[in-house]
Amino acid sequence: MSPQLAAYATSTGEAFQFWVLGTVAVIGALSTVFMKKAVHSALSLAGTMIVLAVFYLANGAYFLGIVQIVVYTGAIMMLFLFVVMLVGVTAADSLQETIKGQRWLAVLCGVGFGVLLLAGIANASLKNFAGTGQANANGNVEGLAALIFTKYVFAFEITGALLITAAVGAMVLTHRERTERPKTQREQSEQRVRDGKHLPPLPAPGVYARHNAVDIAGLLPDGTPSELTVSKTLRDRGQVRDVSAEALGDLKALEQRSEERLERTPVEPAHFKRSEEASK
Amino acid sequence: MNPVYYLYLAALLFTIGATGVLIRRNAIVVFMCIELMLNACNLAFVVFSRMHGNLDGQIIAFFTMVVAAAEVVVGLAIIVSLFRTRHSASVDDASLMKL
Repeated sequence: MSPQLAAYATSTGEAFQFWVLGTVAVIGALSTVFMKKAVHSALSLAGTMIVLAVFYLANGAYFLGIVQIVVYTGAIMMLFLFVVMLVGVTAADSLQETIKGQRWLAVLCGVGFGVLLLAGIANASLKNFAGTGQANANGNVEGLAALIFTKYVFAFEITGALLITAAVGAMVLTHRERTERPKTQREQSEQRVRDGKHLPPLPAPGVYARHNAVDIAGLLPDGTPSELTVSKTLRDRGQVRDVSAEALGDLKALEQRSEERLERTPVEPAHFKRSEEASK
Repeated sequence: MNPVYYLYLAALLFTIGATGVLIRRNAIVVFMCIELMLNACNLAFVVFSRMHGNLDGQIIAFFTMVVAAAEVVVGLAIIVSLFRTRHSASVDDASLMKL
């Protein structure tokens, strides 16, 4: 393809790439907005950002394409995921509207804004594309460096000040000064005795000789699960598995089998048979 | 295909991001939508750089990335400290300056 033609149209390969990856980018952006959980939103956004990096590369911005992957999908999205995990994956958005009709108005505003923006681009005369071939002649990174350290050197310096301020700001915002001395182990134990609440360590999770996973509540002597045995986080998430019924059924089946082996007559044959079937 | 389609894509992504900021109430997702808008602007800058045949657009996009990184650091720190005081990341709950 001649350079003149390249100014007006891209190659078929780039057009194909644009339509395929552009669809992916738009789907990723939409699912960033509409996914219920923040983790899914973050992953969709990461996908969109990778697609954008490919577009930068296709547009001759080789340095920016790599920086996009390293900085955005690498650093920034990891920071997002970190905060999502810190704040709680389960902190799902409440879907109740606080202002009546706000969501529809927002969508309407968005559509109107989009139409305006697209119409503006369509009206502008953007037919002539010079292409970055000449600007990238000495290498993209060299060209960018020459501009940054001459024409944009002040902006570059101010960027340094901005980054330092941001780092200090993040430290100030998240650092919490302790207003009191942390309690020692002895003081904590004395406090527990004074309160009279649960002196020994908490009971372990799991059912004896059967399940020892941490999400399975230990059973009390009467076969009911004990809330104390599972960690508070799992309880809050509602991820505690209850196997009390299963354990009781297994116990009955075991009793019946041992009685069959010892050739004793079971006390309640009909009842036990049913429980054995249920446990299967 | 005319490269102007990249600009349409950037406009579309920006619009989706702006709508997301209006619709969502989880502070983290609102923040992600802002990032999406910044990225859409970056794409437009890169395409403008291709259009004019110089690298100034790429420099601006580069500076946008630096500013976005600084903004994410401070914004996420604010969200974390908000969550610590209010135990919720919803922007509706943050209606008072002080708790």
